[in-house]
Amino acid sequence: MPDNASPQTDALRVLALPEPLKLDCGETLEHVDIAYESWGTLNEDRTNVVLVCHALTGDQFAGSPNPVTGRPAWWTRIVGPGKAVDTDRFHVIATNVLGGCMGTTGPASKAPDGKPYGTRFPVITIADMVRAQRAFIEALGIDSLFCVIGGSMGGMQALEWAAQAPDQVFTSVPIATSASHSAQNIAFYEVGRQAIMADPDWCEGHYLAEGKRPSRGLAIARMAAHITYVSESALKRKFDRGLQDRERTSFSFDADFQVESYLRYQGNSFVDRFDANSYLYVTRAMDYFDLASRREGRLADVFRGTPVRFCLFSFSSDWHYPPEANRDITRALAAAGAEVSYLDIESDKGHDAFLLEEPIYEKALTGFLSANAELRGI
Amino acid sequence: MAGFPQVRADHKAIAARVEPGARVLDVGCGDGALLDLLKRERGVKVGGLEISSELAGVALARGLSVIQGDADSDLEVFPDDGFDVAILSQAIQQMRRPAHVLRELARIAPDVIVSFRNYGLWTRRLSLIRSGRMPGPGWAQAENILQPITALDMIELADSLNLTTVAMAPVRGGVVGAFRKSGLARLNWGADEVILHLRRA
Repeated sequence: MPDNASPQTDALRVLALPEPLKLDCGETLEHVDIAYESWGTLNEDRTNVVLVCHALTGDQFAGSPNPVTGRPAWWTRIVGPGKAVDTDRFHVIATNVLGGCMGTTGPASKAPDGKPYGTRFPVITIADMVRAQRAFIEALGIDSLFCVIGGSMGGMQALEWAAQAPDQVFTSVPIATSASHSAQNIAFYEVGRQAIMADPDWCEGHYLAEGKRPSRGLAIARMAAHITYVSESALKRKFDRGLQDRERTSFSFDADFQVESYLRYQGNSFVDRFDANSYLYVTRAMDYFDLASRREGRLADVFRGTPVRFCLFSFSSDWHYPPEANRDITRALAAAGAEVSYLDIESDKGHDAFLLEEPIYEKALTGFLSANAELRGI
Repeated sequence: MAGFPQVRADHKAIAARVEPGARVLDVGCGDGALLDLLKRERGVKVGGLEISSELAGVALARGLSVIQGDADSDLEVFPDDGFDVAILSQAIQQMRRPAHVLRELARIAPDVIVSFRNYGLWTRRLSLIRSGRMPGPGWAQAENILQPITALDMIELADSLNLTTVAMAPVRGGVVGAFRKSGLARLNWGADEVILHLRRA
């Protein structure tokens, strides 16, 4: 979508929220579109809805290919017929987050004056994203969710849903996530944002109006972030010091090493499908996320007496949102008296393991959802 | 779950000591068989801790709340008095820090039920004297048993942590004997396994 940062194709299903959306920053968005996709059938009692929340660079196409980018569904191992999030049993919905760039209102969308928002778009939070999802779900005529599930930033939304609307969520499955961004998380995303803003084609955020794209900055942002999504051992296993299409080093700054070539590919393929300003806004929302801060730093108080049934997963080699971050959430939930399960999966695949083949994780998640579906009478 | 799971006699005996509706934590819960029994027969609110993510996954599929972790280091996840009863079934001998684990259990729940293999059993004592070898499957292979202890050792440990013995029962050949308040010496001599019900003093 090089010529159109905010795709408005017929292939996207979009619902306009009936009411303006009030944001944490104090501003109000008068018009909000929510782009979404769904799979499976809504049951008569409307009790079988699973909301899948995507990560930073994800979209609503968790269970079917993205018609705009042509990319395959991003969560094929988890969402589908007979999978853990079983589309034969559940009505599965995924939305593009507020501030995103796959059809939901974001910085690339047109402001009321007809020009793209750019950096005039208000700074949003994870709580705002969930407020938008709640308004969207309500507009669909759905009162409650059987499950809110997501990895990484999707896990933050799963936690935020449970905090905002405990009576509307039966189960919450936050995966490889954190209840607040660490200094290290903020630091890595700041590198990305600075790379974007240092690109002259960023044009102080108004590149769309200028007909430009800060592709180099966005690619570097993606490269830096991608390093945190894979483990050191996975990089070693995949590439080690292997050379790319050559016998020896070239004594130049070409991509001599396979890992360089891989990162360049990750960066370059990203700029075709993602809006740079969206990257700024969504990473900022993650940086601002700190669930405990609204209860004087006591995360347990956020969930005291919650009826929501939680199941958390982490992956041993994840250094983006490490097991300890997920164990901290588990500890707070246990202290709050919540029904909570937590599995740390032994894996060398790093943060991205939540998207990849991990049999114990898939089996446990299937078991949790299926046992709870029975409890809910689904 | 397919079929009706076979219920272990010691599980049944432990379950009988738990008040209906209580909150129960099973440390080293394995695939959740005991918790499942407690939930079905005593209507208790259950939680489990299990070190193997594979076994914890099986327990999850039974609809149980299970936290994957190591009892030696991860019991701090659970709040003070978060449960009414904490159970450590056939697991204390696998702990590197049994005193720490027992202290943690007594912090988490006022009632603690511990079951373990009793090395005070006379045949095990005799076997050590006669063969000069540690009783059991051979110590080098038996990596799941780190600490051979006797009923006497356990009671002494409990005493040192200010835990009183509510009742104790022997298990022999899969059969659980009556729970009694006294008779430790005889129990230590004759019980293959022991179930101890301890309470914060």
